[in-house]
Amino acid sequence: MLNVIWVGLIVAGVVTAALTGRLDAGVTRAAFESAKLGVENVIAMTGVLIFWLGIARVAEASGLIESLARVLRPVFRPVFPSLRPDGPALRAILLNVAANVLGLGQAATPFGLKAMRELQACSDQEDPAVASDAMVTLLVMNTAGVTLIPATVIAYRAAAGSHDPAQIVPATIAASLGSTAFALALDALLRRRRR
Amino acid sequence: MAVLTAAMDAVARWSIPLIFALVLLWGLRKKVDVYNVFLEGARDGLDLAGRILPYVVSIFAALGIFRDSGALALLARLLGPALHAVGVPADVLPLMLIRPLSGGGALGITLDLLRQHGPDSYVGRLASVLQGSTDTTFYILSVYFGAVGIRKIRHSLVVGLLADLMGFVLAVVFVRLLLGTA
Repeated sequence: MLNVIWVGLIVAGVVTAALTGRLDAGVTRAAFESAKLGVENVIAMTGVLIFWLGIARVAEASGLIESLARVLRPVFRPVFPSLRPDGPALRAILLNVAANVLGLGQAATPFGLKAMRELQACSDQEDPAVASDAMVTLLVMNTAGVTLIPATVIAYRAAAGSHDPAQIVPATIAASLGSTAFALALDALLRRRRR
Repeated sequence: MAVLTAAMDAVARWSIPLIFALVLLWGLRKKVDVYNVFLEGARDGLDLAGRILPYVVSIFAALGIFRDSGALALLARLLGPALHAVGVPADVLPLMLIRPLSGGGALGITLDLLRQHGPDSYVGRLASVLQGSTDTTFYILSVYFGAVGIRKIRHSLVVGLLADLMGFVLAVVFVRLLLGTA
């Protein structure tokens, strides 16, 4: 799918440029100039990435993510009705959600994978290749992007010279809460139907 | 509405500085070796920048060709009226198509849009919210399910993609509502 889109962009450009006689400026120079701009953009935001992931590591080491996970517990217990409330699976899920909420995507993935292993260990499916209800819910939540602080996006906006890089935070929170709620509702609906 | 806007504004202004202060002070209180731990994490930041570089360059080059050849203008003229009716500028369409497929690819497009239109334009804000409020559905499904050998993923892909679509719609709605279209 990604292959088709990426190749499609380039081929559509080459064909259009050939038809309009702009092969040099429209393709050759465009490719090399844009590639150079790509490198400049990454360099411009490397500083912010380094600083932010440093902060993220301190948040992890100080147990701040653990504390947030405890606060989130009552909210997320009803979302995973099939799990033991004090079990290791729900604990790992809460850590994953807490890291996502803080916008620490890098820290969220290890917690998420730990949660998947715990969920596999207590799965009620006969075939170990079939996803359990709780697994689907965890994934649906992650793909919907539960975020409260879109830290990396703010960093990119700052690097691009925004006069107010964080101004998109409220709209981002509203959109991600809405789509997450929608995903959880849809999951609950389809879960029952496919039983 | 004015109170809501003021509250939103305060959230936007305070969230990042507060996180900095809170995280570092909490670290000191918990007797974490704050500076050295920070440096360890900072090294991850350098790794991350290196890892996204090929994505960003590949997408920038493809988009550069697509735009400078005139193909984007052509597509915009074809789909423009339909997209415009629902508040989506044609420039944002590639981001919506790639967001569920590739995190690095979507990031490349977002950076390109921020540079082309400016981070404080309607397109720049919409791209920022799209980038921040949804995640790479296909990547997450393959990594998480792959890690425990799940092959029957049931309704997760359908729900994930529909949630992405809902996220796009909500991003357009809330950017227009909270930040305007200027």
